[in-house]
Amino acid sequence: MSALAVYAPMLPELILAIGAMALLMFGVFRPETQDEASRIMWLAIAVLLAAGFAVLQGASTVRLFDGAFIVDPFGRFMKIVVLIGAAGALVLSFDEMAERKALKFEYPVLVLLAATGMMMMVSANDLISLYLGLELQSLALYVVAAFRRDSTRSSEAGLKYFVLGALSSGMLLYGASLLYGFAGSTSFEAIAAAARAQGAGRDLLLIFGLVFLLVGVAFKISAVPFHMWTPDVYEGAPTPVTAFFASAPKVAAMALFIRVVVSVFSGIQPQWQQIVVFLAIASMLLGAFAAIRQTNIKRLMAYSSIANMGYALVGLAAGTVEGVQGVLIYMAIYVVMTLGAFAVILAMRRDGAAIEDISELAGLSKTNLPMAFAMAMFMFSMAGIPPLAGFFAKLYVFMAAIKAELYTLAVIGVLASVVGSYYYLRIVKLMFFDDARAPFEPTLPKERAVQWVAMVLVIAFVLPIISSPLVEAAAAAARTLF
Amino acid sequence: MNLVGNSLLSVVTFLPAVVAIFMCFLNSEAKQNARWIALWTTLFTFALSLLIWINFDPNNPDFQFVEERAWLGPIKYKMGVDGISMLFVVLTAFLMPLCILASWESIEDRVKEYMIAFLVLETLMIGVFCALDLVLFYVFFEAGLIPMFIIIGVWGGGRRVYASFKFFLYTLLGSVLMLLAMLAMYWQAGTTDIPTLLRTDFPVGMQWWLWLAFFASFAVKMPMWPVHTWLPDAHVEAPTAGSVILAGILLKMGGYGFLRFSLPMFPVASVDFAPLVFVLSVVAIVYTSLVALAQEDVKKLIAYSSVAHMGFVTMGIFTFSQQGLDGAIFQMISHGFVSAALFLCVGVVYDRIHTREISAYGGLVNRMPIYAFCFMIFTMANVGLPGTSGFVGEFLTLLAAFKANTWVAFFATTGVILSAAYALYLYRRMIYGALEKPKLKAIADMTPREIVVMAPLVILTILFGFYPAPILDVTAKSVNKLVERHDAAVKKARADGATRVVISPTTAPTR
Repeated sequence: MSALAVYAPMLPELILAIGAMALLMFGVFRPETQDEASRIMWLAIAVLLAAGFAVLQGASTVRLFDGAFIVDPFGRFMKIVVLIGAAGALVLSFDEMAERKALKFEYPVLVLLAATGMMMMVSANDLISLYLGLELQSLALYVVAAFRRDSTRSSEAGLKYFVLGALSSGMLLYGASLLYGFAGSTSFEAIAAAARAQGAGRDLLLIFGLVFLLVGVAFKISAVPFHMWTPDVYEGAPTPVTAFFASAPKVAAMALFIRVVVSVFSGIQPQWQQIVVFLAIASMLLGAFAAIRQTNIKRLMAYSSIANMGYALVGLAAGTVEGVQGVLIYMAIYVVMTLGAFAVILAMRRDGAAIEDISELAGLSKTNLPMAFAMAMFMFSMAGIPPLAGFFAKLYVFMAAIKAELYTLAVIGVLASVVGSYYYLRIVKLMFFDDARAPFEPTLPKERAVQWVAMVLVIAFVLPIISSPLVEAAAAAARTLF
Repeated sequence: MNLVGNSLLSVVTFLPAVVAIFMCFLNSEAKQNARWIALWTTLFTFALSLLIWINFDPNNPDFQFVEERAWLGPIKYKMGVDGISMLFVVLTAFLMPLCILASWESIEDRVKEYMIAFLVLETLMIGVFCALDLVLFYVFFEAGLIPMFIIIGVWGGGRRVYASFKFFLYTLLGSVLMLLAMLAMYWQAGTTDIPTLLRTDFPVGMQWWLWLAFFASFAVKMPMWPVHTWLPDAHVEAPTAGSVILAGILLKMGGYGFLRFSLPMFPVASVDFAPLVFVLSVVAIVYTSLVALAQEDVKKLIAYSSVAHMGFVTMGIFTFSQQGLDGAIFQMISHGFVSAALFLCVGVVYDRIHTREISAYGGLVNRMPIYAFCFMIFTMANVGLPGTSGFVGEFLTLLAAFKANTWVAFFATTGVILSAAYALYLYRRMIYGALEKPKLKAIADMTPREIVVMAPLVILTILFGFYPAPILDVTAKSVNKLVERHDAAVKKARADGATRVVISPTTAPTR
């Protein structure tokens, strides 16, 4: 019993892994019907919730497997956000797939496996465990992207994602090998200690290792210039899957990014800071300008998520407690806004077919005011207009950037947010100012539920009862990394 | 000071928004209900705001009705008013019922949503003037963009989409820079509490940047030449009540911002940049008056005249003298209801003829004597005729400007003449002459509802023209404190600078 108790801190991961395998067996040996698939869907959501509950137990920092796996408040915060994102995406997928009689038990199982990988990424404290988590997540995501296998677009998206993702994994692995060569160990602590040594900033092995590692991670969060896959994959993948891609994996990759630069490369902050500043500026600008011309709402959301990652990186660029706190708050709010917006996008359905053309939103306020209002709130929130949640997300990252005296970055960031607000406003304009098109099909109950919950959270974030627990938890989580 | 006690400001601020939330659950078909609920809410809010004025102590230059609650860690929810801000709260609450009444019949489409948008807007505007925390101020200041964007875009005229986008993006662009400046102030002073920041001396070099960032926001909002171009578009395309709010309240936020932030918090930078503000103000007064002369659209003409009048305000503020600041505040309050009244006058004929072309009117006095009378009063007030409220503000600001810089006063005074020219020209073309246009033959005079809207504005215009004391008494002490503190801060900074200059020559000869 005591031998098993050692593994208690990784109970959430165990629940997810065992749950995924159990559901896989369950699915394989049961008849292949919609009812069975729907039951597995529910069970998968229950597993995610159970894992979330398990994450909340415990408060200290624990290392497992000779320090390869770390459980700390920072990880707990990010894991909760990841699990909320995954569970939300599953709830969203439910209606859409059931409506098309396309529920398959493989889908929730793959999502659970991906979630297991993400939890590993968040807790990775060693190059090997980092790679394990990353690949477990990525491989599950490649399959999910191509999940609608009779659709060429979906298959194309899966293939593109796989080829480019494999390339980035290769670069990350190369970076990891250089770091191993530099430090003689794969442990984060050992690399951090070596990087703190005098003159480490001029060691080419370390610098190249850092660059390649960051390239790999930047790829996963789709930061410019490693974003090329994002619009195509977002557009090609089935919409519920896109909702999943846009939420949980971004959070996990960002957690990995934070842990790597803040705790592993703390000794060479000037070196990684310029990389992060560049990624942030490029992402914010490209996300703002490239989205203007989009006509497909999923592509628009892709550019929007690129820009959002740029803003989150503004906080990380500061490299301070406030900065990390800002990123954590940003990611939590980002997940809520994204799930809400996708709940609206999924509800754009006419004659049983999904609509992805932005112009079809025209006049939505006349045909479905609650949905149009919810979408408007998500758009204003993403544009960073107070008093909505998105404003506070930006407030905290820019606060950190100003404290770290990154004035140029902050000014470019807010100016990009003005440009970006143009395309968010365009959607509001379509919904409220233009003449109505034919109404969409009635919104399905679970989609409406997600829309409403997200909308209430986005609006009510201004109240301390909602915001202060998040802000305080983020502050506590950020402090553990320093 | 009893039941509502210490949270009177919060009640006044949030009452409209709370009612708006309840209105969401109202049946959309019950248009009349929505109108009445909105009217009673705004009237009640106005009554409560009068309670603030009654209980306000004009001899106390500090913040009153202060309340403070926890919000986001170091960022507090803090509200309070002083002599500078209190009247704006009352002005906002006063104009709101008039806006609702003015929209009674002209808005038939989506009435409930319209009223909700206005109530939310009222909360946000009052909040701007009450906020005593930088972030809280910014939240109110920026959030107002959402309802205004919707009001212009949904209920506006032909080019409403263009106008709403221009309004939103211009204002946002200015404000985001101010947000960064606020964050820099937070890290410098360790707090976002406005009363504390008012006592903080920021390093002179930093003041310049902060001043410029705040200027970017307030100059757009004011609006000052050359960033005023959003205003004619927004004014023209907005529905009547939207124009009233834009001219009456939103423009005042810029002037209020200068008084609340730029002057007391960055005194040295304000002095250093005063020539720039003077030049821009004079250009605004002369240039936009000339532009107004050439307008063919009534609303555009009044919009340009607003820009010119705001030029007097900025000019008065940056004289840093008691008269200048008193005059600027008075000018803002007076312009608040005079320009609002002018837009309401335009709305009256627009509802009947549905055009804003000046040439479509003429000889209205023959069919609409009451209307002609009201329009006359407001035109005179707009010109700044003695005996109307428009005179007091212009006179005080010109007096202060004359002391500060004679040339500025000289050019600004030509603006007064020009304003008489365009205002009287407009009045002649619309009201006098023969009633020839076939469309106007059957035009009816103002309805009782419209008279109810106009009457208080006429009374106030004349009352404050002859007896400005109620306003000047309230502002005097707070303005006095601001001016004294400003002078002291500038003197101190100059003295520090002077000692530095003195030290360097003594060290120089050793080389």
